[in-house]
Amino acid sequence: MTKTLKGIAASDGVAIAKAYLLVQPDLSFSKSAISDVAKETDRLQNAIDKSNAELQQIRDSAAQSLGEEEAQVFDAHMMILSDPEFTGAVKRKITDEHVNAESALDEVSTTFIGMFEAMTDNPYMQERAADVRDVTKRIMAHLLGVELSNPALIHEEVVIVAHDLTPSDTAQLNKKYVKAFVTDIGGRTAHSAIMARTLEIPAIVGAGSVTTDIQADDQIIVDGNNGDIVIKPSADEVTKYQNLAKEYAEQKAEWQKLKNASTETANGVHFELAANIGTPKDLDGVLANGAEAVGLYRTEFLYMDSPELPTEDDQFEAYKAVLEGMKGKPVVVRTMDIGGDKHLPYLPLPEEMNPFLGYRAIRISLDRQDIFRTQLRALIRASAFGQLRIMFPMIATLQEFRSAKAVFEEEKAKLVAAGTKVGEIQLGMMIEIPAAAVLADQFAKEVDFFSIGTNDLIQYTMAADRGNEHVSYLYQPYNPSILRLIKHVIDSAHKEGKWAGMCGEAAGDPIMVPILVGLGLDEFSMSATSILKVRSLMKRLSTEDMAKLTDAALNVSLTNEDNIKLVKDNVK
Amino acid sequence: MEKRDFHVVAETGIHARPATLLVQAASKFNSDINLEYKGKSVNLKSIMGVMSLGVGQGADVSITAEGSDEADAIAAIEETMKKEGLCD
Repeated sequence: MTKTLKGIAASDGVAIAKAYLLVQPDLSFSKSAISDVAKETDRLQNAIDKSNAELQQIRDSAAQSLGEEEAQVFDAHMMILSDPEFTGAVKRKITDEHVNAESALDEVSTTFIGMFEAMTDNPYMQERAADVRDVTKRIMAHLLGVELSNPALIHEEVVIVAHDLTPSDTAQLNKKYVKAFVTDIGGRTAHSAIMARTLEIPAIVGAGSVTTDIQADDQIIVDGNNGDIVIKPSADEVTKYQNLAKEYAEQKAEWQKLKNASTETANGVHFELAANIGTPKDLDGVLANGAEAVGLYRTEFLYMDSPELPTEDDQFEAYKAVLEGMKGKPVVVRTMDIGGDKHLPYLPLPEEMNPFLGYRAIRISLDRQDIFRTQLRALIRASAFGQLRIMFPMIATLQEFRSAKAVFEEEKAKLVAAGTKVGEIQLGMMIEIPAAAVLADQFAKEVDFFSIGTNDLIQYTMAADRGNEHVSYLYQPYNPSILRLIKHVIDSAHKEGKWAGMCGEAAGDPIMVPILVGLGLDEFSMSATSILKVRSLMKRLSTEDMAKLTDAALNVSLTNEDNIKLVKDNVK
Repeated sequence: MEKRDFHVVAETGIHARPATLLVQAASKFNSDINLEYKGKSVNLKSIMGVMSLGVGQGADVSITAEGSDEADAIAAIEETMKKEGLCD
């Protein structure tokens, strides 16, 4: 029977493939006494052997598809598996206490995890706790006879079906075979959504019940343009969506013709279209889609993809690669934005009630200047290789910007004194916090540029957690309140002869773009895959008409919906 | 029994990659091999044992090997320590 589900369309495209369920199996067990010790230790050894064989296979597959570095985590797992202190302790527990293998394993692993997690002065050891947890899960699955998802072993085209996807889940995916993502929870800004746009595959998030409604190997249609999921489609539906996929591919080919075109409105006004990236590897997509700049380089991935704090030289190489790759076009690098929903295993942060309102981004950088200075030095050294612009995330007060700038100037002076070649560097800030948006006229006197981060600006202005689906109706990018803040930021920048950009998802949104053109935003930074679509849209807009439209959007419209209708009625 | 003392000079002490390599080196031998630090002794063939010691920069540790291939084992471990820049 065919069944359809609706979710949030988070990445464009149409895909048809078999479902791959990336879900946690039930690993619950009960503690019991055993009499046959030899049989129980055999059972344990058998589970260990199977786990080892599986890990070897995963390791080889990961080394091939993801690279040697990603594969090393599985070496660490195998080492724990063959660790005499670990498996020996489980066996001793079975022998001495006559308990079943499941509970012996659970108790030993809990002891080790607790020991490692207690080493708060040693982040590396804390991270090992996660390895012990993973290995324990694998042995436990074999003891219980249930199957773990092993995404690294996927070797045919699939649609990934998950409750939610974390960065560590997607790190293990062989992207060659992943045709689409569908998830139960999350919004357009969820990690899975951003990842899908980077990979240029369709994604539907927040669909509610995909992990229960979809069985492994069901055929699935994912229409990322509309948010429709069709489970076990009929032959007619498959044909219909194959045609849609073809139309979408043709439209993409049409947009592709604009790759080397300048971004101009119908009345000849130029706007800069830039791309958001997470790693130097993303540059291929940036260049293939004809971006005029990198408007946001999210450096936190350098930290998240590393087992310890990345060194100055490692960072320098990454920044240099991006600057050289862009061949003199501007590159806006955002300094480390850790905290909120992004964590580093080796940099334990305090548990917080409200992580998005807590210790994150520039707040950490100013507090942990050792980390901040290393990053700034790497950036300043790289500046000789292109047109570098640095921006600080989560600035709330003038004092924070001044402090960050002072640290930057100190490190720059040191490098210059040491004879390092340094290029010209613009220094700007993100506008994400309403306090900074309101005071933009004062900030504009001290910064070289602004870049508006819409996701956070909306969540803080509306006081609505962007990951909480119960309040997702408050994600209202077109609400006149948000638009007025944005206008104030752009006008303030222009009054001081500075430029203003936007690097949130809204910058590539077909409803928002006409309004932003009307407001005179200078730079639009978005997922690389949105650039040609927006370039095509801008060709149809006139700045004069959009200025009138925007006036109505800010002063006549009362709601988010009013503005969606306003744009849809006036922009064809 | 073979015994050798080391003064750890590596900035990060014995952890991460070097610990893994030391365990791999020790695991190739039949002898019982132990790492001693601050009066505590752990099995050098156990990554969790080695890492649980938390050996930092400037630490003085001793490694003992006992068994049929103890001399070769100590030599191999010393080589790994030097190669990884753990000791001078």
